[in-house]
Amino acid sequence: MNRAGERLYNGLVKENPTFVLMLGMCPTLAVTTSAMNGLGMGLTTMVVLALSNLIISLMRNIIPNRVRIPAFIVIIASFVTAVQLLLEAYIPSLNKSLGVYIPLIVVNCIILGRAESYAYSNPPVPSLFDGIGMGLGFTFALTCIGAVREIIGAGELFGYGLMPDSFEPVRIFGQAPGAFFVLAALVALQNYIKNVRKKKGKSYEKIGSGCAQDCANCGDMNCKSRFYDTDSAGKKSMAEGSPKKQETKAGKSDEKTQDTEKEER
Amino acid sequence: MSELFKVSSNPHIRSRVTTNGLMLAVIVALMPAAGFGIYNFGPRAIAVILVTIISTVLTEFLFGLYKWIRDNPKGKGSLQVKSIFEKSTITDLSAVVTGMLLALNLPVAIPLWMAALGGIFAILVVKMLFGGLGQNFMNPALAARCFMLLSFPTAMTAFDCDTYTGATPLAALKAGEQVNTLDMFIGRTAGTIGETSVIALLTGACFLLLMGVIDLRIPGSYIITFVLFVIVFGGHGLDPVYLSAQVSGGGLMLGAFFMATDYVTRPITIKGQYVFGIFLGLMTGIFRIFGPGAEGVSYAIILGNLLVPLIEKFTKPTAFGYQKGGKRGEK
Repeated sequence: MNRAGERLYNGLVKENPTFVLMLGMCPTLAVTTSAMNGLGMGLTTMVVLALSNLIISLMRNIIPNRVRIPAFIVIIASFVTAVQLLLEAYIPSLNKSLGVYIPLIVVNCIILGRAESYAYSNPPVPSLFDGIGMGLGFTFALTCIGAVREIIGAGELFGYGLMPDSFEPVRIFGQAPGAFFVLAALVALQNYIKNVRKKKGKSYEKIGSGCAQDCANCGDMNCKSRFYDTDSAGKKSMAEGSPKKQETKAGKSDEKTQDTEKEER
Repeated sequence: MSELFKVSSNPHIRSRVTTNGLMLAVIVALMPAAGFGIYNFGPRAIAVILVTIISTVLTEFLFGLYKWIRDNPKGKGSLQVKSIFEKSTITDLSAVVTGMLLALNLPVAIPLWMAALGGIFAILVVKMLFGGLGQNFMNPALAARCFMLLSFPTAMTAFDCDTYTGATPLAALKAGEQVNTLDMFIGRTAGTIGETSVIALLTGACFLLLMGVIDLRIPGSYIITFVLFVIVFGGHGLDPVYLSAQVSGGGLMLGAFFMATDYVTRPITIKGQYVFGIFLGLMTGIFRIFGPGAEGVSYAIILGNLLVPLIEKFTKPTAFGYQKGGKRGEK
């Protein structure tokens, strides 16, 4: 299976971070006053997301489990700082219009979420493409929201006048309430399209929202990419005695063997 | 006992009060205010009122039609008029009330397409998307008014028309100018279509009170709290001219008697209704005296609407046989 392509499709459509996972709502609602702002925010986040995913995936065997969150934050923050300095140098206008939301990318839950649920337990190349896919999905969603808000709220698209002069802009769409209206409408629209296509036989089953491929500890028995069959896993933990205490350790070692196996492949 | 009696399922006793009847009473009660608005602002007011009502009713009808088609996929070929009207909720007249209240909240010079858009927003977004009558968390007419106020700030505050130019009495009052309180009481001032005449509004409110549709709990506690707030913080003390101008100016009367008392968006507990009225009075006072604008009734009421679930939670009466806190009594 072409994992890179699958990760891209997953990020853009099946697990679109904004429309499906509903992550990163702060920047989504705050900066999408225009299509340009949405595009800029999305691309900036994508760069940080892809690079941090790659680095975290490369370092996943070095980072101790206990301090993984601080380690992720440090890695992400370094990239955000670099990106912000680059933006300040080369696209100062975008830097100005996004303002405080660029440093806030550090705490964007999409990035931390992907690091925790994908990059930390997967090889580097799929992680990189997972970051790019999620970033593209985020960019796509933000640009859509920004475009709708800009067209209705100001009669423009990417700063170019689109509507006839007689058009009276509905200013509320440029303000905070408009962001909620547009987000809700677009989520409803994409759910509607997915429902229609599902009836025609297309599958939109999530690949497992934030699947850590930790199948031994995962409750989803119907998962397609399930690694262990349930019976043997159950017997194993039973045989080990007190299952509650052992579970976490067993899970971790399983995860590692799984990872090494994959790399060998 | 060999004989069994067939008992139909409850309820066995029905009240004669129907949604239609209540809504009809509200429509009749709004007639004096609407009539005075038309007399005061001229024939264009009729156009605004009609356009708003048509847009609300049509939106509700089309939504009902959509639901009907969705539930009867085979019936697409033959639309059965009777079954559509049963499914659609326009016959309960609530859409007419919403349209009328919204129109009375608009300035007479508003472009007609904006009025229509407000009507669509009130019904589609605030009411139908949340489940229709009884499920809306906010007064649809007021939510639409606030939507329009944020969307078209110039058109919504353009109170100049053929009859009046210049500021509304409240704006004049805020700027420290003198106002004629008798004119304000009768309604010969600038403002939205239905808010100017205190006499017409009070006539309608008395009708509703006599019919038992509303009671004085919310309007009374609302207006009294507001007056106390203005006495303390208004900066004019007990000056009767200032106080009566504040009470009869703006949308206070319309809001207190016709919109805060909306059955769907007010608290159902009696204690809660007093709390609700007091909260509205405080918020209106804060918006009017400390806020940047002259008016604050609509924002106060929709803010109060949002707090209703919380108010109900804390004022839930203890059921007979239970201790406070919902536990069954031991004794």
